[in-house]
Amino acid sequence: MIDREQVLHVAKLARLKLSDAEVERMTGELSNILEHVERMDELDLEGVEPTSHVVELQNVLRDDVPRESLPRERALEGAPDAADEGFRVPSPGAP
Amino acid sequence: MSADLLGLSADAQAERVEAGELSGEELFGFWRSRADADDLGAYLWVASDNPGGTLPPVAVKDLFCVEGVPSSAGSRILEGYRPPYTATSVRNLIEGGARVLGKTNQDEFAMGSSNENSGYGPVQNPWDRSRVPGGSSGGSAAAVAAGSAPWAIGTDTGGSIRQPAALCGIVGLKPTYGAVSRYGMIAFASSLDQCGPLTRNVADAARLFDLLRGPDPCDSTCVGIEEALALPRAERLDGLRFGVWGFEEEGLDPGVAEVCRAAIGRIEELGGGVQDVELPDAGHGLSAYYVIAPAEASANLARYDGVRYGLRSPVDGDLTALYEQTRHDGFGDEVKRRIMIGTYALSSGYYDAYYGKAQKVRTRIVENFRAAFEQVDFVVTPTSPTVAFKLGERTADPLAMYLSDYFTVPMSLAGLPAVSMPAGLSQDLPVGLQIAGPAFSEARVLDAAHALEAAIGFEGVPRP
Repeated sequence: MIDREQVLHVAKLARLKLSDAEVERMTGELSNILEHVERMDELDLEGVEPTSHVVELQNVLRDDVPRESLPRERALEGAPDAADEGFRVPSPGAP
Repeated sequence: MSADLLGLSADAQAERVEAGELSGEELFGFWRSRADADDLGAYLWVASDNPGGTLPPVAVKDLFCVEGVPSSAGSRILEGYRPPYTATSVRNLIEGGARVLGKTNQDEFAMGSSNENSGYGPVQNPWDRSRVPGGSSGGSAAAVAAGSAPWAIGTDTGGSIRQPAALCGIVGLKPTYGAVSRYGMIAFASSLDQCGPLTRNVADAARLFDLLRGPDPCDSTCVGIEEALALPRAERLDGLRFGVWGFEEEGLDPGVAEVCRAAIGRIEELGGGVQDVELPDAGHGLSAYYVIAPAEASANLARYDGVRYGLRSPVDGDLTALYEQTRHDGFGDEVKRRIMIGTYALSSGYYDAYYGKAQKVRTRIVENFRAAFEQVDFVVTPTSPTVAFKLGERTADPLAMYLSDYFTVPMSLAGLPAVSMPAGLSQDLPVGLQIAGPAFSEARVLDAAHALEAAIGFEGVPRP
């Protein structure tokens, strides 16, 4: 179960602003989903190794050969506010 | 020429171009006018030029980056974004002679089973316009079923190719994880996402998959498949063993079960052996999936912050306020839900209880399939527990929507190839049968599906 305070905490971690109505709705919906997910507790998983990835791969290496990368102007083309060859944002400490 | 082309497989159309009976430009132009006339909401963008091609053009799910072409993954947060590069899978198609016909509608960031989570409006099912086409590759499936595209590609994370293929009465293949490059696919859940074809028949699926696949230096998880893939030719299923799973599931619609059982009867008529098979932990697949996929998504979607591309909301405050407001304004409800679940499941104190546990369930499911494939060559299930449902029917209940993926999620967690093919009609709506095989057994899966396809003789044409 998840309460309002937890929803607000998680939203902060996710850098996601939620309206009051969204917080309200999310509290119920997330609780329902987590309740379903918690059915995993029915399984005895003692000693089972976790799987993060299904393809068995060792490190994939290639020769370190210099090659062209995306030109700076192309990389900046999609930016909402590009300036001085970079992405312009408000100061992290702005009021 | 026109009606003629509509009835031909993609392969047969290519043969006509090769024989000089029509030009690549004529073929492209034919399909472009069909795509332009789409009124199901299947397309978000249609090509305005005519690049021709030696193969029929391909409708491409919006989340594939195509250089200079709007690629928004169905999200308002990427509205107007035109990538500076093209996805490897799409580049493989273009190099193979199949050009991009258009970008198809989808659930936002591929999160959904009905296409109703698109930031650009829903898609209607061509079999019944009051119903969903499935999702998340709903636009691709609807376009192929309605004949506004000769074939299409989509992506499948927990069923997003197979389920819409089933609901629209077409063929959809989710390849083995690692068979097709993910480079340039706007990411949802990186350990599960895989690109694959949606087509009107099994041979076309094999042909398109053959173009898509192959290792890629830009995706180190993509190992490709070494040998050439022959087009499926099988007419019989003698000596092959099919393991049936999932018919005990209580959410399975009786009409869907009946159609699928009839198709399994055809397998026996073709000489295939049919037996029940146990996947004891697969019923917990959905629970594991709805932790793992949101967890990976919450990390992947951190990049949408109003700085490098897409939407930026105007704010008075600091950088954090910019992030929070942009993400509030740009993401839809389902995406926000999944970011929240994923962030919660990965947060301090909850990791072991959710993410760690889900990864262990995933191991169990991998082992279940390994054991099953010691007894049988294929696992057969219904693709979707129901036929296409009504628009709006499940939007208020996220959990009911998630249950659409019950039969497709286990194969995704185990990284296995699986095809959905039309098995017949129930309530005048298409029913899909899923055939899954061991890793990298695409050729065998498609061969079996090809034999069964001929025996079923599905008329792949929606009502007008």
